[in-house]
Amino acid sequence: MYLQGSYSSGRRPTTKSLDWWIIGCYLALIFFGWMNIYASIASEEPSSIFAWSCRSGKQFVWILTSLGLAGIILFLIPPKAYETIAPILYAITVFLLIAVIFVGSDIKGSHSWFKLGPVSFQPAEISKIATSLMLASFMCRGGYRMKGRNFWLTVAIILLPMLIIVAEKETGSALVYIGFIFMLYREGLSGWFIGIIGLAILLFILTITTSPFVSTLILLGCVTFFDMYQGDELKWWIYIGIPVLVGLCFVPAAYKTAVITAVCGIYAVWSGWRAFRNFHHKFRWATLMVLIGGMIMIFSADFIFEKVLKDYQRGRIEVLLGMKDDIVGVGYNVHQSKIAIGSGGFFGKGFCQGTQTAYGFVPEQSTDFIFCTVGEEWGFAGCLFVILLYGLLIWRIIIDSEHSRESFTRIYGYCLAGCLFMHLFINVGMTLGLMPVIGIPLPFMSYGGSSIWAFTIMLFIFVALDRNERKYF
Amino acid sequence: MAIRRDTKLLIGLGAFLLLLLGKLFWIQIVDDRYKASADNQAMVYNTIYPSRGIIYDRNGLILVGNRVTYDIIVTPRELAKIQFDTLALAEALNVTPEFIRDRFAYYKKYRSRIGWQEQVFMKHVDPSVYMRFAEIQYRFPGFRGVARSTREYPINAGGNLLGYCSEVNDDFIARHPGEYVPGDYAGRTGIEAAMEQELRGKKGYNIYLRGSNNQIKARYKDGEMDVEAVPGNSVTTCIDAELQNYGQRLMNNKVGALVAIEPGTGEILALVSSPCIDVNCLDDFGSHYSEIMANKYRPMFNRAVAASYPPGSVFKLVNGLIGLQEGVLRPETMYPCHQGYHYGKNKKLGCHSHPSPLNMEQSIMMSCNGYYCYVLKSILDNRKYKKINEAFDKWREYVTSFGFGQKLGSDFPSELAGNIPTSKHYDKVYRKSWNSTTVISLSIGQGEIGCTPLHIANLAATIANRGYYYIPHIVKAGNGLEIDPKYYERHYTMVDTTNFKKIIGGMYKAVNAGPGSGATAWRAAVPGLDICGKTGTAQNPRGDDNSVFICFAPKDNPKIAVAVYVENGGFGATWAVPIASLMVEKYLNGDISRPDMEKEIMNGNLMHKVRPYK
Repeated sequence: MYLQGSYSSGRRPTTKSLDWWIIGCYLALIFFGWMNIYASIASEEPSSIFAWSCRSGKQFVWILTSLGLAGIILFLIPPKAYETIAPILYAITVFLLIAVIFVGSDIKGSHSWFKLGPVSFQPAEISKIATSLMLASFMCRGGYRMKGRNFWLTVAIILLPMLIIVAEKETGSALVYIGFIFMLYREGLSGWFIGIIGLAILLFILTITTSPFVSTLILLGCVTFFDMYQGDELKWWIYIGIPVLVGLCFVPAAYKTAVITAVCGIYAVWSGWRAFRNFHHKFRWATLMVLIGGMIMIFSADFIFEKVLKDYQRGRIEVLLGMKDDIVGVGYNVHQSKIAIGSGGFFGKGFCQGTQTAYGFVPEQSTDFIFCTVGEEWGFAGCLFVILLYGLLIWRIIIDSEHSRESFTRIYGYCLAGCLFMHLFINVGMTLGLMPVIGIPLPFMSYGGSSIWAFTIMLFIFVALDRNERKYF
Repeated sequence: MAIRRDTKLLIGLGAFLLLLLGKLFWIQIVDDRYKASADNQAMVYNTIYPSRGIIYDRNGLILVGNRVTYDIIVTPRELAKIQFDTLALAEALNVTPEFIRDRFAYYKKYRSRIGWQEQVFMKHVDPSVYMRFAEIQYRFPGFRGVARSTREYPINAGGNLLGYCSEVNDDFIARHPGEYVPGDYAGRTGIEAAMEQELRGKKGYNIYLRGSNNQIKARYKDGEMDVEAVPGNSVTTCIDAELQNYGQRLMNNKVGALVAIEPGTGEILALVSSPCIDVNCLDDFGSHYSEIMANKYRPMFNRAVAASYPPGSVFKLVNGLIGLQEGVLRPETMYPCHQGYHYGKNKKLGCHSHPSPLNMEQSIMMSCNGYYCYVLKSILDNRKYKKINEAFDKWREYVTSFGFGQKLGSDFPSELAGNIPTSKHYDKVYRKSWNSTTVISLSIGQGEIGCTPLHIANLAATIANRGYYYIPHIVKAGNGLEIDPKYYERHYTMVDTTNFKKIIGGMYKAVNAGPGSGATAWRAAVPGLDICGKTGTAQNPRGDDNSVFICFAPKDNPKIAVAVYVENGGFGATWAVPIASLMVEKYLNGDISRPDMEKEIMNGNLMHKVRPYK
């Protein structure tokens, strides 16, 4: 709708060129988060919401400083500068990420925090911003195509900080980087690529929850389906593929592995022969690779699950997948968090009236599990409100990105939207038991200076970029 | 047709957000489980523990009663911001300040796990101490006392018989699904364990509501949903408290067991295992546990029902009865014995000096080993049976009809089955090449035989009854308490009543033939009581022989049957005979005519002879 304005009207006033929807959502979330932090600690340390001694007081200070930061970004830093300084910022961030492994203080087993006097600071938080800027800066260059060297450099830009963060034992923060895939998709990455990653995750889960047989069957089904579908031979898949797949289900348990391996082998050889005959048919080669890669993954999944993953990670996945019902151990957090949210009902118990919140049944309630307080005290209505606010925010970011003329703004906007979405989905999904327990904050709402500053900076860089585009509409 | 990629992404975003909202809708509105869980967490269940049932003896005396003690409970979170006087608390509760500091250090260390939960600060606080504390309790918010009934033992009737109660552990809870929760107490051994279902009662609770600031707000529905505790039912046992206590004293400083049964009913009158757990340790068993486990004579081990002993010469009675029943032995049968029974190549089963030859009655009176070697040989080499295996299995069938080699089925827990060998066992050990002399030790109750003092006492009762027994049991019916009908059934042996009468003559003489006649148990004789008995001297690889004696009295219409087994006590006559005799006299006459003997036995100390377990 803004696009319809006249191009010749010159500079528009600041108030008109800012996206007030985004700022409104931001302020609402930050304020609501602050109230819930107060509610989650009020019973334990009854004091004023502004008292510096308690978390809500500190959060108030973080909010004020964040607003200051937002002002600086909007009015002092020229938006054009980001494209230029992005590589420098990225380099500094990577350096800090590595440095923190060696000099950082050990907080709950991960070396990811710098301690500067009373304030702790986590480089992983700002690395999202630096990586997004770097990606935008790299990919907005003229002539960029998502293939060959460019593609692998893009992947490297994402993977470098991600792997360092994994080395810091902050696996949760590293998972957020998966959000960049949405940006890559928007910028032209093949949908098949996302499909294959999705299939890999599905096969991994199926292998550890059921058996390699089941996941191999699924793999075979998917690969043959798409192979035939692509070659317009779907009727053959229906006539031969389905009966074979169904027949495989009735193979006696003792021969299951041998038979299905044999079937896969025969299919692979046949498919390989066909691909060889029609050498330039890329899709055939791709399906063959997926089949072989999938088989290797299925048969190494147990090994990865048992040997590569750490005990606590394995425990969290087992609880999530319902393989273990462990309500006193690993599953305690999730169980308590579900009780807290579930007990909220439609309208909740009211501000500061949550009993689950009050007794400290839910650990980390003001940080990672802040959504529990929302769920318990504000009920389904409150949760709906919060999720709609996030939805609105992300929607606005995507819309603005699409309307921008500069690809830098668009790419950065999609990076931002992807990160916000990943945080939202992992965090809320975790409190609902949809995701494993991964300790990442809920943007703008969770307690913590580091997180709120980082998200404010990240968001307002986008607001500033966006304003820069609108000014002249 | 082609949908733009940003639109696809927005649709995907919407789908994922809908997934979150759907799950929220499910757990917040559709599924009630979580609301119920939250209510449970918001309600404080204040458990009221029932008082445990009282255990009476057969005459209405209290064996185990109750008294009130207090548990001091604390909510560590409430103490977090309060400074208070550790010294005053220590003084009030009669503990050292270090104890209190230790507890607080513990609470601090595990504060996140404990949260708002209550913790037991001290257990079994005496009412006098609690009253002193209660006066100044206002100075220590967060602390409160909970009355709890604990066990009291007016008579020392032996820890192994009565058993102890203790807090259930995870293992116990797992073995009784749905019955116990942590913090409950349950009987773990003895009568407490046997009658747990009757004694335990039902817990009750008061429900309170917690507000969001964790203060107790009100009774939930004005106490409408509260449940009163139901005290446990009392149980009347057949134990004679005085006799039990007397047996306890006689067995003092000796290792072994003593069982007395009323033959006419199968009721156990006394069941002593020595050394035993002091009853004063029972009420707070946990704090004495390590001390008891460290005792190398193993007082926890209830020898009366769970020790497998060789019966020794008292088993000759069984072989004699089988011989009579099988027709291979007659009362007039005479067998020679010159210092033992000679067999094989220069092998001998030794015997003591006595006149030779002897008839059956004399053989019992003088406990001749040689005689029973002939008896067993004639049973096993009976032409009636084609093979030794057949004869042996017949013999085994007889023996098991006396209750040996199987659990008798008493209501007392942890009863042992013991062992009577089978012909298959010997086939295996001797590779099918064995005969009656191979197993000749069985004739005198040695070798592969294992039985408990309860089995031996049951033998005494069976003979007293002339051929049948009631399963020995410890609980009497009454007060609405039914006992298993199997305890009213007579269990007949395969030996006829008439044959028992022939044996009893020998047992009578063994006691009443007077000193110098060769009678082995003459010390047991009490004028007017007509005690019949049989001594035993069983080999013990861990030192001196075991002293064994079974008896019943009076001869006609017996009222009591006793078995005494004293480890490393030497001849049967030395320790087991006087102990059993005194027990019979105490039970039948009420007072003791032989104070010297009583004093000698009570002061006798055999512990130096017994090799302790490692």
